[in-house]
Amino acid sequence: MINKVFSSFQEAVADVHDGATIMFGGFIYKPGSPTNLIRALRDKGAKNLTVVGNWCGGADIDVLFEARQVRKAIASATVPMSQNPLSPFEKQYLAGEVELEIVPLGTLMERMRAGGGGIGGFYTRTGVGTVIAEGKEKKIINGKEYILELPLRADFAFIRARKADKMGNLIYWRSQRNFNPVMATAANITIAEVDEIVEVGELDPEDIVTPSIYVDRIVKVPGREGR
Amino acid sequence: MKNPLSQEAMAKRIAREFPDGSFVNLGIGLPTLAANFIPEGRTVTFQSENGLLGYGPFARKGEEDPELVNAGGEFVTLLPGACVVDQAEAFDMIRGGHIDISVLGALEVSEDGDLANWFIPQRGVGRIGGAMDVATGVKKLFVAMTHTTKNGDPKILKKCKCPLTATKVVHTIFTDLAVIEVTPHGLLLKEVAPGITPAEVQGLTEPRLMIAGDLKEIEL
Repeated sequence: MINKVFSSFQEAVADVHDGATIMFGGFIYKPGSPTNLIRALRDKGAKNLTVVGNWCGGADIDVLFEARQVRKAIASATVPMSQNPLSPFEKQYLAGEVELEIVPLGTLMERMRAGGGGIGGFYTRTGVGTVIAEGKEKKIINGKEYILELPLRADFAFIRARKADKMGNLIYWRSQRNFNPVMATAANITIAEVDEIVEVGELDPEDIVTPSIYVDRIVKVPGREGR
Repeated sequence: MKNPLSQEAMAKRIAREFPDGSFVNLGIGLPTLAANFIPEGRTVTFQSENGLLGYGPFARKGEEDPELVNAGGEFVTLLPGACVVDQAEAFDMIRGGHIDISVLGALEVSEDGDLANWFIPQRGVGRIGGAMDVATGVKKLFVAMTHTTKNGDPKILKKCKCPLTATKVVHTIFTDLAVIEVTPHGLLLKEVAPGITPAEVQGLTEPRLMIAGDLKEIEL
């Protein structure tokens, strides 16, 4: 069996190249966010990255903006919860130093699902009549207007799960799941940080949320044991 | 003019619109409060676009699960019968018309029911999140907001000035002064806050309001 278990976060992100596109799981703040992989990437220092995720301000990936490693963000929201000070992303965006592609959250999910599932795009009503529709193909389906959205893939996905077996099958805990199972399917290399790694066969096939076929590397978060 | 409604009073009024057995999605901020005022005897299931169906009250202090939050990032609990899904599935529920009602905050609403609530002019950037999908996909969209800006300017306009979230989607607007339904013929003033007159509401609303024959005071 190929060994997918890496002993350190540094080792797991060692081949992330300059210019890579990386998807980051996690909704807002901590749940499902691959905090340790993000810090390892900051320490490694790859540059000109395109980051894909829910938020690009007030989240774990702030450290990548602080280290000026990001060229472009693809995200559904750029602003931390209301009254917070400007995030590192906002400062760089307003100064014209990083590019932003803002995408409605459901459309972002579906573009990644299309990317992971070999679908060439899809029509959605989300964004019709707004700036999101600008420049996109429009189509009337059953009397309603839709816009064409295209698939999204990445070089790497950094994800977070509760538990892995050594083959890379994953299960999650509560709202930790969020982006992670979809991103796992849409990247060339998927790296998961997990609380616990168990032997093959210990996870019930009915319980597995992300199948091993999508997962290339797993790293255990030190000091985090199972619930 | 008497005092406008408090946030709690607005939330309480909105919660009366959730039928027994309905599935409801609540936006960040004021709308979240509506979950605390479900009329007795009704079962309402709350969905959160980060992947929860059937979440309950906020977690008690010291009992928060760091991996269990709603779409506003608040620590919540799960009720019996709840389930967790990934966000692609959460948006299938939303876009697919499976959610009966959503309540969103707004910067502006137009007389045609256009909604603007994602771009934050003071910051030059914005937060779409799930708002465009929710506004387009739910069966019935309610807006909960203050009637005017902090400077007293109307937020209910003939045409929105801020970038739009979706067009012709708002069903009813609940403000601290009034309840206004968006109809094919224009805005219909249905309820006013205690002590507020229809003329006062009209004075703070840009488009012309039709006044319902059975105009009521908002019951608190």
